[in-house]
Amino acid sequence: MRMPEPDAQTIARKDEIVRSLIALFRADEGAAVIHDAAQLRAFECDGLSAYRARPLCVVLPETTEQVSRILRYCDEQKIKVVARGSGTSLSGGALPLADSVVLGLSKFNRILDVDYANRCVVAQSGVTNLSISDAVASEGFYYAPDPSSQVACSIGGNVAENSGGVHCLKYGLTTNNVLGVEMVLIDGEVVRLGGRHLDAGGYDLLGLVTGSEGLLGIVTEVTVRILRRPETAEAALIGFPTAESAGACVAAIIGAGIIPAGMEMMDRPAIHATEAFVHAGYPLDAEALLIVELDGPAVEVAHLRDRVAAIARSVGANSVQTSTNEAERLRFWAGRKAAFPAVGRLAPDYFCMDGTIPRAKLPIVLTRMAEMSQRFGLGVANVFHAGDGNLHPLIMYDINKPGDLEKAEEFGAEILRLCVEVGGVLTGEHGVGVEKRDLMGEMFSETDLNQQQRVKCAFDPDSLLNPGKVFPTLHRCVEQGRAHVHAGELPFAHLPRL
Amino acid sequence: MDQIFVPRSEGEVAEAVRWALAGRHALAISGAGTKFGWGRPVNAVASLKLAQFSDIELYEPEELVLSARAGTSMSEIERRLAQHGQQLAFEPPDFGPLFGTPAGGGTLGGAVACNLAGPRRIHAGAARDHVLGFAGVNGLGESFKAGGRVVKNVTGFDLSKLVSGSFGTLAVMTHITLKVLPAPEESRTILLLGCAAAAAIGAMAAALGSPHEISGAAFLPAALATKSRIVSIAGAGVSVTALRIEGAGPSVAVRAETLRTLLGVRGAIGELTDVESRVLWREIRDVAPFLNDRARAIWQLSVPPANGAQVAGDVARQVDGECYFDWGGGRIWLSTVSETIETAAVIRAAVAAVGGHATLMRAGDAARRSVAAFQPLSGAEKHLVARLKDNFDPHRIFNPGRMYEGV
Ligand SMILES: Cc1cc2nc3c(=O)[nH]c(=O)nc-3n(C[C@H](O)[C@H](O)[C@H](O)COP(=O)(O)OP(=O)(O)OC[C@H]3O[C@@H](n4cnc5c(N)ncnc54)[C@H](O)[C@@H]3O)c2cc1C
Repeated sequence: MRMPEPDAQTIARKDEIVRSLIALFRADEGAAVIHDAAQLRAFECDGLSAYRARPLCVVLPETTEQVSRILRYCDEQKIKVVARGSGTSLSGGALPLADSVVLGLSKFNRILDVDYANRCVVAQSGVTNLSISDAVASEGFYYAPDPSSQVACSIGGNVAENSGGVHCLKYGLTTNNVLGVEMVLIDGEVVRLGGRHLDAGGYDLLGLVTGSEGLLGIVTEVTVRILRRPETAEAALIGFPTAESAGACVAAIIGAGIIPAGMEMMDRPAIHATEAFVHAGYPLDAEALLIVELDGPAVEVAHLRDRVAAIARSVGANSVQTSTNEAERLRFWAGRKAAFPAVGRLAPDYFCMDGTIPRAKLPIVLTRMAEMSQRFGLGVANVFHAGDGNLHPLIMYDINKPGDLEKAEEFGAEILRLCVEVGGVLTGEHGVGVEKRDLMGEMFSETDLNQQQRVKCAFDPDSLLNPGKVFPTLHRCVEQGRAHVHAGELPFAHLPRL
Repeated sequence: MDQIFVPRSEGEVAEAVRWALAGRHALAISGAGTKFGWGRPVNAVASLKLAQFSDIELYEPEELVLSARAGTSMSEIERRLAQHGQQLAFEPPDFGPLFGTPAGGGTLGGAVACNLAGPRRIHAGAARDHVLGFAGVNGLGESFKAGGRVVKNVTGFDLSKLVSGSFGTLAVMTHITLKVLPAPEESRTILLLGCAAAAAIGAMAAALGSPHEISGAAFLPAALATKSRIVSIAGAGVSVTALRIEGAGPSVAVRAETLRTLLGVRGAIGELTDVESRVLWREIRDVAPFLNDRARAIWQLSVPPANGAQVAGDVARQVDGECYFDWGGGRIWLSTVSETIETAAVIRAAVAAVGGHATLMRAGDAARRSVAAFQPLSGAEKHLVARLKDNFDPHRIFNPGRMYEGV
């Protein structure tokens, strides 16, 4: 993985930069700039720990005004800035650059307002996803997008990655649940996009910023929609003799007009790994396991439970178990939720991939992945947000074995190319980051990528915010349009006109 | 209009754009042109109409996905979906009649470019939330694409969001891929009769804060309720607060019953049948209460729902007009007798007090030229919008001025 060549001059100026950043804080504010090597170690990587780099320093502001001062300084000095929420990104989005300042949002940890009348919560961007739900739980509300990392990941990071969770089939991704943000631009300007109302009155900048991976600005505050918790929730564990029959079951459920709250699939290796780890009671003879969660009023859940069970049997399910109480429902989920650590016990290291495919392609993708696994000599276990086609192959390797990391990377890249080949995409929820950066060309043409990069130029003309992420090549933001304009040969006689 | 291009292929769209680019001609972009009155008037020498570039190219009901050429008519798409028991969950309004064209004429490209959303917005999102990807031509005449055909996709910037609601000022969309969803088996509406606006907002908030998955929450004051085609509403003689519940039969029955109890303490209750329910929400969706009074200006306001009554009250004290609420109070449809800059200032001040935006949907030509149709932008946002325009359409070919002067 190649990162942009660090600027030696900037690195040589480290001490001066640190002093200047400290000086940006007023005496009564208490500067928070981390610059010694030992302390910086904690910031060298995010959740994709195979890649590491030590930044110049880490600055931890606690007010929007401080963020604004820091960015204005970095803009003037042309110093790169990498935003960091909780550092759980699985795509290297928060990976520092050697010549960058990491701007950490961990002190932005306050919930600013809980507004039940408008059914929203306003939180600083470093607040964890789960603490938003916790803050409104007493009134029976919650924040729907629930990434498995929700105890740790920040809401600002969720906005940056447009994160999902097991319930986004029914309740949507971050982008469908965010109402507004406060964001600081690279020149220090503060903009508020959205608010407590719905939709933009002009360009949907909020929608654009969501999922922009820290490339467009630093999000300091987020307003999210909250929902009332459904009255009941119930999970069914359904075992299948083949991945095909599990896939057919998913298609048939949706084809019958049912959108479950969650629909997760695991393949045989994932079933075995998790069962050994948490003893959730998964059927070990199954080739594929579906967890189908239904929520809503008790009658609705009961009504749909029977229909789902009938559909499952009709496509050849081996076993159908329905949770009869909350403890059992949580137990059914426990295995799925522990899939990463469970696989972590099978191998010293693993990569969690994140492609999305049209669901009908699942059997072929699983078959080809098994072939690849053979060829690379690396194990793979699959967990799959089946309802929306988002696949998480976990590739097992050992970083201490020479060549293993490279093989795992190549295996992962081949899986993602396969996802694109069958009509899917490189990443469903983890972001491009550095991990999938060099594969962008598999999905997009040069023109497509240029158009996206010009959006970056509109926000960050000197490419100081998180450079080296998302886009395979760094373009300079030049004057637009010059080279592209051909003298058009009038009068385009063959075009149909009225 | 010197030239009217009616392309039948993506290549022809690009060629028309390159023609405009070469001569620096402004192009008025449209689908079927049913919403031309929305936004500022565009001075263009040529027009590019996508309505003939139409076809549903992919529809896989079990994958919940549909791709179509941008000129495909919305009625055709809705018909196809209905055959499979599916729908566009964002409940796109048909604004044709509002702008004086027949119902059923709009295209997919227009629906997305205007980011349409109906009453179900509160539950299912707007057009923006259902566009999975698109292909189009930028202002340099280059064909590009963004997004994909799967629901979960964070590969690259979400340009689908950016073009949704860009009113043809950034790119000419040629193909659009949408997420589609099962249509509910049943729809029922519970009515709360005779509430004042503020009390109605309270009732809607209680319902929306309940676990009953309300998919429509609207308030019609007595004078507007009389305009409904539903006899029980038109004849109610009082204001009507309407709450919709959709889903599987047994679930709808139970939720409707619980909702009646929840609201019963607040006033007299009524209920609509499935058929009536569908008629009412179509009226609310398409701004039917205002259709017959063509002399009036029409505004659409989006505000925090709890502030709906306050905003409406502020406006009513200073401006002669009528309004009703959708989205639990968050969307205010307002018709005003006057369409002056002063009226606009009153409306925008009322919105500014609580946060949100106001769009002048329909007005006479003079007003459309003088009054900012879209919510005026703050300094930093204005700058970003101009720079985005620079980066999609540097020569200001596409619908120049439709949203903002100079964009
Ligand atoms: C065990 C585990 C399970 C996971 N499960 C899921 C899952 O189910 N679904 C899912 O979608 N993801 C999942 N993730 C991935 C990860 O948790 C999410 O991407 C999360 O949103 C990252 O949040 P963070 O605060 O840790 O961000 P970071 O990792 O700190 O940063 C992520 C990116 O966002 C940028 N960023 C962070 N904060 C800001 C800000 N305030 N302003 C601007 N840019 C910012 C960073 O520059 C970086 O590019 C999982 C990760 C782990 C480790």
